[in-house]
Amino acid sequence: MAKIVVDGQEIDVPAEYTLLQACEAAGAQIPRFCYHERLSVAGNCRMCLVEVKGAPKVVASCSQQVKDQRPGPNGEPPEVFTASDKVKKSRAGVMEFMLINHPLDCPICDQGGECDLQDQAVIYGDAESRYCEVKRAKEEVNMGPLVKTEMTRCIQCTRCVRFVTEVAGVPEIGAIGRGEDMEITTYLEMALTSELSGNVVDLCPVGALTSAPYAFNARPWELRKTESIDVMDALGSNIRIDARGADVLRIEPRINDDINEEWLSDKGRHACDGLRRQRLDKAYVRKGSKLVEANLDDALDVFAKKLQEAPEKIGFIGGDLANVETLYAAKSLANSLGIKNLDCRQDGALIDDKAGRGGYIFNSTINGIEEADCILIIGSNPRLEAPVLNARIRKAYLAGKLNNIALIGPSYDLTYPYENLGNSVKILEDLAKGKGDFFKTLSNAQKPMIIIGMGAYAREDGDKVAKLIAEIGLKAKIVNDDWNGFNVLHQAAGRVGGLDIGFLPKDGGKSTNQILKDCDTIILLGADEVEAPDNKFVIYIGSHGDKGAHNADLILPAPAYTEKQGIYVNTEGRVQYATPAVSPKGDAKEEWALFRAVSAMIGKKLPFDNISQLRGKLKEEFPSFAVNDGEIAQNTKLDLRFVGEGGNPTSEIFTPQIDDYYLTNAIARASLIMAKCSALKAQSTTKVAAE
Amino acid sequence: MSVRRLAPEEVQPKSFAWSKELEAKCAFWLAKYPPERKRSAVIPFLWLAQKQEGWVSQKAIEAIADQLGMPDIRVLEVATFYTMFHLAPVGKVHFQVCGTTPCMLRGSGEIIKICKKRIGEHHHVTKDGKFSWEEMECLGSCANAPVVAIHDYYHEDLDADSFNKIIDDLEAGKEVKPGSAIGRQKSAPEGGPTTLLDPKLYDGSLAKKIKIPNLPEKAK
Repeated sequence: MAKIVVDGQEIDVPAEYTLLQACEAAGAQIPRFCYHERLSVAGNCRMCLVEVKGAPKVVASCSQQVKDQRPGPNGEPPEVFTASDKVKKSRAGVMEFMLINHPLDCPICDQGGECDLQDQAVIYGDAESRYCEVKRAKEEVNMGPLVKTEMTRCIQCTRCVRFVTEVAGVPEIGAIGRGEDMEITTYLEMALTSELSGNVVDLCPVGALTSAPYAFNARPWELRKTESIDVMDALGSNIRIDARGADVLRIEPRINDDINEEWLSDKGRHACDGLRRQRLDKAYVRKGSKLVEANLDDALDVFAKKLQEAPEKIGFIGGDLANVETLYAAKSLANSLGIKNLDCRQDGALIDDKAGRGGYIFNSTINGIEEADCILIIGSNPRLEAPVLNARIRKAYLAGKLNNIALIGPSYDLTYPYENLGNSVKILEDLAKGKGDFFKTLSNAQKPMIIIGMGAYAREDGDKVAKLIAEIGLKAKIVNDDWNGFNVLHQAAGRVGGLDIGFLPKDGGKSTNQILKDCDTIILLGADEVEAPDNKFVIYIGSHGDKGAHNADLILPAPAYTEKQGIYVNTEGRVQYATPAVSPKGDAKEEWALFRAVSAMIGKKLPFDNISQLRGKLKEEFPSFAVNDGEIAQNTKLDLRFVGEGGNPTSEIFTPQIDDYYLTNAIARASLIMAKCSALKAQSTTKVAAE
Repeated sequence: MSVRRLAPEEVQPKSFAWSKELEAKCAFWLAKYPPERKRSAVIPFLWLAQKQEGWVSQKAIEAIADQLGMPDIRVLEVATFYTMFHLAPVGKVHFQVCGTTPCMLRGSGEIIKICKKRIGEHHHVTKDGKFSWEEMECLGSCANAPVVAIHDYYHEDLDADSFNKIIDDLEAGKEVKPGSAIGRQKSAPEGGPTTLLDPKLYDGSLAKKIKIPNLPEKAK
């Protein structure tokens, strides 16, 4: 710790703090454009100038550390002034320079109202400009379908350059030319290939990079802002849903240092236009070969009748986006009817709750990645399955502690170097026997992590592969008293919640594939990635007219994740509450309410009348939910001996789980923006293949 | 300074490869840096590419990026930052005319006029592909203003006549001698040095013997 005096107030801060951080710790406000907490320090905007006693000139506070400051002549702590006349004059001067080439087009700029330059010009700038020369103008740059550019507005802070290079790990943006003619651009104006590219829009302090899908849609003060949870992957990134009227106009990340820091994947951010298309707002009943619009009550009648058939011929399949309430209500209903055919694993992953909660969650936690010194990734492509988590692994790699990363499975560009041990189950067998150089690295590591993707579980012998991995874990001692390195990386937002409440085929119940094959009535809770045979009676309860609905005989409309309350449990087992931003479309009713209604019709009334009663029951039955929003329940220690099922794996290689990152769920498939991104990606991959 | 972009596609070559001789030079530069810092060699590499091709093409940038293990955009950043790298083909003889204040005061305007008259606009290559010119910022030879650099050599103390003669000679295929056009010795005053004439001042004979304290003892 070091002492420093800021505006006459003496404070004690860590010596490696920058002056900017120290000033903020003392409560002073420092304007900045180029400085960003999560990026390297550039020191090129000069807006954060402060006066240091004894220094000949004002200094950029972001680029000097407290420990570098000289004490006073009698050993007094260094003194900083953040609001002296000299500082004010310098900042006004910097601001004037900044505005020389910045156009005065705020009325037609999308950043207007949430623009750092606007705000800081008002606070720190002069009232009027003295500049009467010609202003510089710039040509537009293509950065892909998500980022709209207006480079004349750029103030060359280089935050975007640093973000794509450091955090996203795809160094594609750069600053060419110099001086007044410096330009931010991508190489030959190629579109960004990162799954995190939307974040450069948030980082841009001016209107140079704005969101292309949101262009000219709304002003920030018109929007209703709702804090909620992202469901596009199993990370549970914290989001803010900005809506106007009945439409969700955009989705922005919220800061949560435990999960997404302040980033959000492109799918989480830009799939929201899918919420306006292909929506199910009415109930439909199949008459002949056609789906006919129906009254919700009539549709529920059909549903009730179907539920009263033989329970062993009815099956529930939970979709990837289903929240815990949906699955809990469905399970309660199924229990009361004696239906055992429940499965929340529509991809057929052989993952279950036999080893307890630790057997299917990301035990090390996302923050834990930064402590790890060795990571083994099995059957997963974290870059596509959880882009923000992949950025966290890259962050840990860049910090220097994480030196050994290995992968078993097909090769991917993960944005950090790793050793590909091969794509074969044999390698797992070798590691489980303690063979191979990597086993030594893993067992010598202080905090080793094994990250298992659905690629390892979603195969016919998934449980046997899991057993093998658990054996490796046992042998390499990845679980001990203060570290648990067994991590499952899920892809579906609803999966961990489903596993938590045991939405699984138990006591001889049928799993997804058997339900599809043997059951006569199949109830899909937003499950779109399964294909039911034609001769079955399929009841689809969900928000979008996607694959599942096309095949259905009865459709009950439900709200999408932005329109209902819901608990989502992320891959770490973190319980988070989503809140509705807009009202449900048309006749759509929350799934649990549909189940409650139908239960009354068949005389097996479920024991809750509203969502708080439902949650009360849920917490009573499953203590892992009895935690505050955003917390992880304390787990009992994981015993790896109970993970998986013994036996010899039958197939050899791991296959990629995500073919097209942009089209993984019904909402994303309904989105035009995601379709554009997907087409662009397909185009660029075929081009590479042709070369 | 002006906006610097890569040359249009139609003038870009289809490929780039180092010649045998330059490959050896590349190896020389690479050897100067630790392997994990080999991207430090980017400026020498761009120089070499320009030596070989006369200018820096897109393919050259990509080849260098590949060779040094850095993203294409990083090489493009460097190539566009330094005006010494030509991003489009130049003439066989490329005049770099200094136009900064001292040269301007000493008559670089005349020289630029001649360039415009005899060659055309800046960066325009004459039909025979022989000449092109551009205006540079300070070439750092202000005592000998005005200065024109032709490739690696400076032609100093020029005026309209001497510069015209250089172009005439080059047109006729004659060699031109670099250095001062008025026979000045390096950057000494015109007509020869006026100070430091006494060789005693610098041959060491006036220096007093001093004893340097704390010198290590001589080995016996």
